[in-house]
Amino acid sequence: MALPPPDPQFVLRGTSAEVHTLHFYCGGQEPDYPILFSGSSNGLIHVWNLKTRRVDTILDGHGGKSVYWVEAINGRDRLLSQGSNQQICLWDLAEGRNTVTDSVFTENVGFCKSSLLKVAQGHWLMAMPGKDLDEPDFGSCPFLLAGYEDGSVILWNLSGGKILSRLGCHQEPVMSLDFDSEKKKGVSGSSEEVLTVWSLDEQQNLKVQKTHKLVNAGIADVAIRQDKKILATAGWDHRIRIFGWKKLKPLAILNYHTATVHCVSFSDHSRPSERLLAAGSKDHRISIWSIYNQTSGALHCSLETRKPD
Amino acid sequence: MDPEPFEVGHVVREAINILSSSRNGVQISEALGTIKCYLGGTENQAPLKEREEFTRVHFSAFLRGLVSNLSPDWIELLTSDQQKELWDSFFLEGPADQVFLVLLDSIISMGPSFCLMKVISILEQFLQTGGMSALMWEVCHQQAQAGLPTFQETLLNKVVCLPDHLCNKLQGNNLPIFFPQNYFPLLATEIIQVLQRISDSLRDGLDCSISFVSQVLGKVCMHGRREEILKVLVPRLMDLTKVDCIWQRICWRLVECVPDRWIEAVVCGFVQKAPGADVLSRLLGNLVVKNKKAQFVVTQKLLLQQYSYATAVLQNLLGYLALDSLRRYLLIKVLKELLETWGSSSAVKHSPVEQQLYVSKAILICLSHLKEPEIESNGQELLTSMMGGMKCHLDSNLPRVRRLGMIVAESISSRITTDGPCLKFQYEDDDETRELKSLQQTALLQLPVTDLPNHEGGEGDMVKSTWTNSCLRFFHSDDDLIPYDMSEDKELKKMKVPVYIRDCIEVLTGSEDMDKWEATMKVLESLIRRNSATTREVSMELAKVLLHLEEKTYIEGFVELRKRALVAVTITDAVVQYLTSQFYSLNYSLCQRMDILDVLALAAQELSQPQASGKNKPRSTQSPCIQTVPGSDSSQNWRRIVDERIKSKTRRLAKGQSLVEPACGPNKFSSLAGHFFFPLIQNFDRPLVTFDLLGDDHLVLGRLAHTLAILMYFAIHTVAAAAMGKSLLEFVWALRFHTDSYVRQGLLSAVSSILLSVPSERLLEDMTDEFLETQSWLADVAEKDPDGDCRRLAWQNLLLMENLLKKLRSVPS
Repeated sequence: MALPPPDPQFVLRGTSAEVHTLHFYCGGQEPDYPILFSGSSNGLIHVWNLKTRRVDTILDGHGGKSVYWVEAINGRDRLLSQGSNQQICLWDLAEGRNTVTDSVFTENVGFCKSSLLKVAQGHWLMAMPGKDLDEPDFGSCPFLLAGYEDGSVILWNLSGGKILSRLGCHQEPVMSLDFDSEKKKGVSGSSEEVLTVWSLDEQQNLKVQKTHKLVNAGIADVAIRQDKKILATAGWDHRIRIFGWKKLKPLAILNYHTATVHCVSFSDHSRPSERLLAAGSKDHRISIWSIYNQTSGALHCSLETRKPD
Repeated sequence: MDPEPFEVGHVVREAINILSSSRNGVQISEALGTIKCYLGGTENQAPLKEREEFTRVHFSAFLRGLVSNLSPDWIELLTSDQQKELWDSFFLEGPADQVFLVLLDSIISMGPSFCLMKVISILEQFLQTGGMSALMWEVCHQQAQAGLPTFQETLLNKVVCLPDHLCNKLQGNNLPIFFPQNYFPLLATEIIQVLQRISDSLRDGLDCSISFVSQVLGKVCMHGRREEILKVLVPRLMDLTKVDCIWQRICWRLVECVPDRWIEAVVCGFVQKAPGADVLSRLLGNLVVKNKKAQFVVTQKLLLQQYSYATAVLQNLLGYLALDSLRRYLLIKVLKELLETWGSSSAVKHSPVEQQLYVSKAILICLSHLKEPEIESNGQELLTSMMGGMKCHLDSNLPRVRRLGMIVAESISSRITTDGPCLKFQYEDDDETRELKSLQQTALLQLPVTDLPNHEGGEGDMVKSTWTNSCLRFFHSDDDLIPYDMSEDKELKKMKVPVYIRDCIEVLTGSEDMDKWEATMKVLESLIRRNSATTREVSMELAKVLLHLEEKTYIEGFVELRKRALVAVTITDAVVQYLTSQFYSLNYSLCQRMDILDVLALAAQELSQPQASGKNKPRSTQSPCIQTVPGSDSSQNWRRIVDERIKSKTRRLAKGQSLVEPACGPNKFSSLAGHFFFPLIQNFDRPLVTFDLLGDDHLVLGRLAHTLAILMYFAIHTVAAAAMGKSLLEFVWALRFHTDSYVRQGLLSAVSSILLSVPSERLLEDMTDEFLETQSWLADVAEKDPDGDCRRLAWQNLLLMENLLKKLRSVPS
């Protein structure tokens, strides 16, 4: 008899708009508290203190247009945010400031998120969507993975600007993808009802490795946890699904939200047992879950007690 | 006259005289030595003629003389070597049949003494040194020259009954070799040896009769020792007949020569012991064609009259019939007879389900053996009997019988119509149906008969290994993450669910939107339970709608949803009168009528259960009603597991009183019981145009009886219980000889409910006559009813009655 799925550890309310993107920053030292950035459809970026579970700061810089990508750089002092006003803003958050220091205009009017790669200390590369790009992601250093609205995933070599491999893995637009650079395989979700895992071989070719059929169509976001053990998907069917990353074994259905889940994100806590999963939804709520983060020893203990005599 | 015979007789008599009178060892041994010459085998033999004369006429008498003289001090006159050489050798080397008879006779007639022990030890040696095979060979040999029938008869008796005689004589001191479980296997190996000698002599062109061996075999089987003897005999014969045609002939003769009165035991034994149809065919030959009795046993008794044999035995038997062209006509004849039984409505009604299963299996195996031309020539007949049989099986109230009918009919139709559509029924597969279906394919692939204990052992191993497998998988799996329960992962419905009951009624009566309709069905029960005030306003309308509701589109668990909603309505407001009156009114389908019964039963159960402060708790699952879906939810289960685990890990030093108080509250069913019960029981004997409980609609009658039993059960401690019990007893009495076993089961459970619910004083004082009548009926059922469940229920009822009476007697009024 399988255990019933857990309930959320806590829920963050008060964005009063659909939550489109989430980003954790938990790597700070002791006096610093873990932070969750959330971007909502009313153009506000909330900075949540995960200790008090209250909003710390609210950033308004996208003119009321929805924010669909946020990412912190340089610790917690700098923040990049992308909104549907075709602006990507760089925020200065150090010492209580909250001002936009720089912004870039993008040509893209779609819903594609940008992606960021730390090349060296203080040096970042950002891929931002052009006219028809969709959901880019970096693989190893000079490579870029991008998902397109025609359902294909393309691997770009950035140094030469050449297409290395192209994989038509979906019938519908690719909504999101994530890549595991250790195992050289990635996962993509689209608005249809399959989740596809593909791998990158030695010749830099993309190949479909496995597909998983879902009960309901539509994956808004996928995220692989930093320890490469589990994968979370945000479903249009209000549910968060957890899979084992190794074999794509379905592990859990987290059923809390009452509307489409837009985004999922794993926290980067330094201690594995504190790692959290956050999901933002159309129902204005952000649910925080603690799942599969016992160490393996504890897990074996619990198995021991389950054994029938 | 020839003087020599006279001379031999003279010598023998003299020797006996010496033995009985002399006290001189030398004299005695000389006398014995003289006689020994007549036995032959030594260097100074007597002439052949004299030897024959001696063995034929004088040997038995001489042996008797030897035995009668036996005493401790007499035997000490001889040295132990002399004893062995002179005394023992007469018994071990002389003609075995006579020796055996003399030994057994003396054992039977002697009391416990030294002499008895000596004789028994000689008998033991006799058996160990292959005396029995010598004996049988001797008789077989004589038979070729027409022996004496009475002599053989006695011999046969003694051979077969040896363990009995010795056991009677020796009681606790019996020797292991005389135990039946040792003696008969020994006899079997001796038989094989005799057969070996017979086969040798046949090869030499000599004539030999086998009939004595057959008689031994037959009589042993008849005496209930066929397990012991065939356990050894069949495997040996199986090996020997594999390549050698003379052995085959011998084996056939062996079975053919068994006298008619014993042939059944032998044939049954062979059929059970043979590991496959081909072996059986090799061992029995065309016995069924030659021997009428064997034919009767094989084609009638084993198939139609008995039904306790394993499926493998059936496969052996029918495979045997199918293997030879001479016997195939019997296969078809058997199939027709089986189909006749299968298709007879009286057999379906009155014979136990186990027998019907057995017959069905036999039919399926027969079908699998038939070849195309045979089916074609009998197609019409098969079709007719299939149609008849199918009808009476589908009429039955027992699902198992119906399913048997479906499977057999499917298989027949698939064999008749090779091209084109064949019959296809919908039923749920279980172990039984799978086994039956597998029988259709295993015509050529014969399953060997495995011994039962072996089989069980194997199964145990299997269970164990799968268990360890699953454990291993648990511990060594690649990703050790345990999945959570994912049963909730259903398709998402985008439909707004109605919030008010009136909306629900509207949707259910008018709406064409199937999604909306479905959502309404799912939410209805909880709505009704939550808003009892509103429900009361519209209850009658709602009940009507629900009762007439049809499944417009496929919804998972529609029947259950509808039933739950109806139950909820019934509990909230008394629409009971409406439901009970509808049960007997025109224009309802049987299905609706049975739904009414189910709803009444469930409502009665819920009403009668105490509910703390009006909260609706999940229904308990171990209720006696006919629930189709157990209503436990997963969180309950989870809680239970956790509790158990905690309990097992916690050591309690002292166990205090359990503090959980049972929920209490007024029994709501008490005031309503009459409304539930009496309208239902009133009209059962008044047939309507479309509804005749006492006629064709016995399925509903059965359900009615069960429902009444349930209502009665829940009416415990209510005022109406006594009156209800009385009319229910009358109901039972009126229907007690109903032919349908499902109805009878219902009646019997009604009796149980009465015994449990009606106060015992009322039962015994006000209804004494009915009580006694019922008791005698129950006794009758317990003994004679063909249905196993009925018999069991009747026994339970009798026990209940017994307990009631006992209790009443122990409390003096």
